[in-house]
Amino acid sequence: MKKRYGDQLFKAIAYIFGCSIIAMLGLMVWEMFRGSSFALDKYGLGFLFSSSWDPVTEEFGAWPFIYGTIVSSLLALVIATPISIGIAIFLVEVAPKWFRDVVGFLIELLAAIPSIVYGLWGIFVLGPIIREYVAPVFINTLGKFIPFFAGPSFGVGIFTAGVILAIMIIPTIASISREVIMVVPDAQREAALALGATKWEMIRTAVLTYSRSGILGAMIIGLGRAIGETMSVTMVIGNRPEVPDSIFDPAYTMASVIANEFNEASSDIYLSTLIEIGFLLFAVTLLVNIFARFLVWTTSRGIQEAK
Amino acid sequence: MESVLESVKEQKMNKLNAKLGRRRAFSFFMVGLTILSMILALTPLFSILGYVLVKGIPALNVAFFTELPAPPGEAGGGMANGIVGTFTLIGLASLIGVPVGLMAGVFLSEYGRNRFGKLVSFLTDIMLGVPSIVVGIVVYALVVLWMGGFSAYAGGVALAFIMIPAVTRTTEEMLKLVPNHIREAGLALGIPKWRVIMLIILPTALRGIITGIMLAVARVSGETAPLLFTAFGNMYWNQSLNEPIASMPVLVFNYAISPYAEWQAQAWAGALTLILIVLVLNVSARLVTRKR
Repeated sequence: MKKRYGDQLFKAIAYIFGCSIIAMLGLMVWEMFRGSSFALDKYGLGFLFSSSWDPVTEEFGAWPFIYGTIVSSLLALVIATPISIGIAIFLVEVAPKWFRDVVGFLIELLAAIPSIVYGLWGIFVLGPIIREYVAPVFINTLGKFIPFFAGPSFGVGIFTAGVILAIMIIPTIASISREVIMVVPDAQREAALALGATKWEMIRTAVLTYSRSGILGAMIIGLGRAIGETMSVTMVIGNRPEVPDSIFDPAYTMASVIANEFNEASSDIYLSTLIEIGFLLFAVTLLVNIFARFLVWTTSRGIQEAK
Repeated sequence: MESVLESVKEQKMNKLNAKLGRRRAFSFFMVGLTILSMILALTPLFSILGYVLVKGIPALNVAFFTELPAPPGEAGGGMANGIVGTFTLIGLASLIGVPVGLMAGVFLSEYGRNRFGKLVSFLTDIMLGVPSIVVGIVVYALVVLWMGGFSAYAGGVALAFIMIPAVTRTTEEMLKLVPNHIREAGLALGIPKWRVIMLIILPTALRGIITGIMLAVARVSGETAPLLFTAFGNMYWNQSLNEPIASMPVLVFNYAISPYAEWQAQAWAGALTLILIVLVLNVSARLVTRKR
């Protein structure tokens, strides 16, 4: 049998392109590390918890941005999770088939809208609605006891950013939850119904307990999206580099400070600081995604083995 | 005696029935909540589409598609250079992203059923979750600093970084859908494996792969963050790919946060155009797969 040089060459080319994915990720890690090393050396770990942000005196701390990112993303997760699980249940267990396709398409459309359009809508539509109608409700009730919900509201701020992020991550959480709910075997549902469960009891006992860790994975993937989302947040969060006292105050996130100040960074240390914030953002989203993939993967594998 | 037993039985049944009624009502309520959550999620979608149409259409005119941006505060002008720039950037990104993503997908599907392949597949998933602003920084360090300035090339590379994992993932999935007996039939005829892949398997999965590419293009056509410090933006026509280039998302961003009413109106028109591009790509990608 003659040797197939063509095959070997093709295989080598395929392997090179496979390696290119690893190379790209490696290159990203390396470039981020190299770019931030100046700031890493100068400020060390204290950088993470310092709240000063003064480009003139070159005093930099990342805490306002870390805080803003955490609060806005968690807020998004709190709003988006119940709605997303509701949609997933509706699509799999409640809706008739033709309707399922229509709603599925619309939810996908929500994911396809560019984030810049969300930002534009956030500035001119959502922000004013929150300032006029939503924020006063919170400020006049909860705000009287808890300073975190006290006013005033400008329409731009950490709350508006959280709502926009929630809308943006609903398609992600809903579609992954839908997939994990769909792989629940029908025998489970039939068993619950045969024991006399109502529809909701069947969903809670047979479906949700079965897909719990998959839904958790979906939430964490959604959280990763929210942490890294840049443009829409930059446009509505108010961009003030201080730790906010109230949920309606303007704030800043890690992604939005990079988007706003990268081109204005006048000194090497300023630029390096921004790259370090980017590096941190990169590391956090990597960890979050790895953890989430692991969760979703174990769920779907567990179900396949049970079959 | 008999009648006492009967009445006890009846009481029990009544209790059970009442309980069942409550359970049914609660079930009904919870199912209602799932419908409510769907409505809650779709309200912003219709609000966005509605506002973009209502505010975008009045600002759309011939000048929007043919003229350069007007100076701040002046009426008129358009986004012609941004529209051309966006398509230029998409072209550059596809030129790099499609072949790399395609071949990486071929690798994963045809040669990747081993540990190394699993690692690459995992890393592809991870890359899909990297924030686009991070890609912007990396390409700034790699291309902008190296070439000495913002350029269309840098913007194209940044978008390619975002396209590649998406194209890889869909290509892999589509190729894995091709039944194994087709591969076996080709190999049994004595055709070399690489020609089986290129001439038989890839064409079989072509529709699905094209769908994936269209969705990846739709995704990067609205990307803004990685372009801010790679392509940067430009208020004039480009003379070469080696200089900063305008793009619609960046123009919409700059116009939206500006204080001028004329610019804000044009931002809505730009948003409408962007949504139309994304929508056309999405719907046609769906039609391509449906014909199968």
